Amino acid sequence: MRVWKFGDDIDTDAIIPGRFLTIYDPKELSKHAFEGTRDEYAKKVKAGDIVVGGRNFGCGSSREHAPLALIGGGVNVVVAQSFARIFFRNSVNVGVLPVVCKEADKIQDGAKITLNLKKGFIEADGKQFKTEQVPGFMQGIIDAGGLVEYAKKLKEVPACTKSQA
Amino acid sequence: MGATIVEKIFSRKCGSEIRAGEVVMAPIDGAMIHDITGPLAIQKFYEMGGSKVFDPERVIMLFDHQIPADSIPAAENHVYMRKFASEQGIYNYDINEGVCHQVVLEKGRAAPGEIVVGADSHTCMYGATGAFATGIGSTDMGFVLKFGALYFKVPETIRAEVSGKFPKRVGAKDLILSIAADIGADGATYQAIDFAGKTILKLDMSGRMTLCNMAIEMGGKAGIVAPDKITWEYMKGRRKMKSFELASDDDAKFVTKRTYNVSDMEPQVAIPHNVDTGVPVSKVAGTHVDQVFIGSCTNGRFEDLEEAAEVLGKKKFNRKVRVIIIPASRDEYLKTLKAGLIEKFVKAGALVEAPCCGPCMGGAFGLLAPGEVSLSTSNRNFKGRQGSTEGRVYLCSPATAAASAITGVITDPREV
Ligand code: SF4
Repeated sequence: MRVWKFGDDIDTDAIIPGRFLTIYDPKELSKHAFEGTRDEYAKKVKAGDIVVGGRNFGCGSSREHAPLALIGGGVNVVVAQSFARIFFRNSVNVGVLPVVCKEADKIQDGAKITLNLKKGFIEADGKQFKTEQVPGFMQGIIDAGGLVEYAKKLKEVPACTKSQA
Repeated sequence: MGATIVEKIFSRKCGSEIRAGEVVMAPIDGAMIHDITGPLAIQKFYEMGGSKVFDPERVIMLFDHQIPADSIPAAENHVYMRKFASEQGIYNYDINEGVCHQVVLEKGRAAPGEIVVGADSHTCMYGATGAFATGIGSTDMGFVLKFGALYFKVPETIRAEVSGKFPKRVGAKDLILSIAADIGADGATYQAIDFAGKTILKLDMSGRMTLCNMAIEMGGKAGIVAPDKITWEYMKGRRKMKSFELASDDDAKFVTKRTYNVSDMEPQVAIPHNVDTGVPVSKVAGTHVDQVFIGSCTNGRFEDLEEAAEVLGKKKFNRKVRVIIIPASRDEYLKTLKAGLIEKFVKAGALVEAPCCGPCMGGAFGLLAPGEVSLSTSNRNFKGRQGSTEGRVYLCSPATAAASAITGVITDPREV
């Protein structure tokens, strides 16, 4: 499991450019992930690899094609110092786990990485970095394996009910 | 303690006090899907076991990103969505009306105090009417189509107080570019921006739309302007409803209050490849441009095109620049046409296209080759947004775009 390291403000146009948005199949999308930004990624990414970004990862458009393009390449976890709101939520919904790690900038490209998220840390090239938990109301969606599975179990949703933050 | 306009909207909807930070399953008044994010939303709706949408009259469907269909897959997406619309009894504006956000507002499909979502990040533009509006992904939209509700963490609010009088050729776009530079690309993440102050009270709906449109460029969940006389005037004929009071209380809890004065503001330009890089036009004046795009949901309204036409005057566009002008909607197109501006633009050398996203979408047409430079009135200048990742996109107002299209280099609109 290697790290694919990116910088700050990685936008969804960089993750998957606009001209590929007629594609919805994750595998097909993954062939164009980071095209023009980092061409070797699509060719070399392997199942279990992890994408690591800096601040504001996934900013820009609401295209769900972005987390889908990651999943298609076998990337199920993204670690970043912070995430853009829509990308964060889209990721949870489609089954990519967004992990906030304030020190993600210190993780090197190509590092070997292991996750100990329940214990609240990850290990990259032997060094430990603290990670944060996802907000409470999203945990149910993650546990279900995404919003589709979560929604299947719901008969109705009573409007205005409050949930744990 | 008072409440912010956002807290008030959620509280009104639910009939109980709701505060920032709380997570609530909010009822949805309107849900917009377009040709890019719609097919996936529909697919998710079915995967979730959906059969009938929560309320066909609250679903807004149209095509704007890839129209007329620019590829066979795009055409197939349109067919798929049309079929869904007719099966579900959803009114589909199809390819006829223009850019989603402009159309939603024009058709009165978002209104003060409502909670509206769209499967597009710039949905925050509807905040110009005093709605709480935010962009969501396709799976969330699938959920909304099925249940008519969605979990929201009610955002905290940044208050942006704007005072002063805009100098000639300086306007809402220059203001929002300078606010973005101040707040930063992630400075409003998970937050709403409440635009207020004397300058906003005088600003027309078109300008308010430009401001709210770009709240997302600071990570904002929503941009919002409290409804006032101008808003209610705009709503007339679009939506039957009585006006009511809705604004943040003075003693509401804001995360921050920021003040801006526009009296001495210069036209602003955001330089590649981030939106929060706005600088006074004088800093980048003289930069060569290959393409100028005037249009998009940010600045494709009649007011924008009129401003561009005023700058153009009797001049011609530079023959070395590809000038692409796209009114944001059919209504805006017609207003522009009736005012004689389309003819003026065409005679001056511009290519005027039918309402759609155009080059802003970065896939349909008007793409940049490596090394080319675009100056655009749209809202994003990310690497590759308008074609090659080796192209460069600068953002500016319609006035600056028109001035630069005349000279062929980035130009202060007060100097042509
Ligand atoms: S004009 Fe541009 S920003 Fe607006 S909806 Fe279309 S692609 Fe998105």
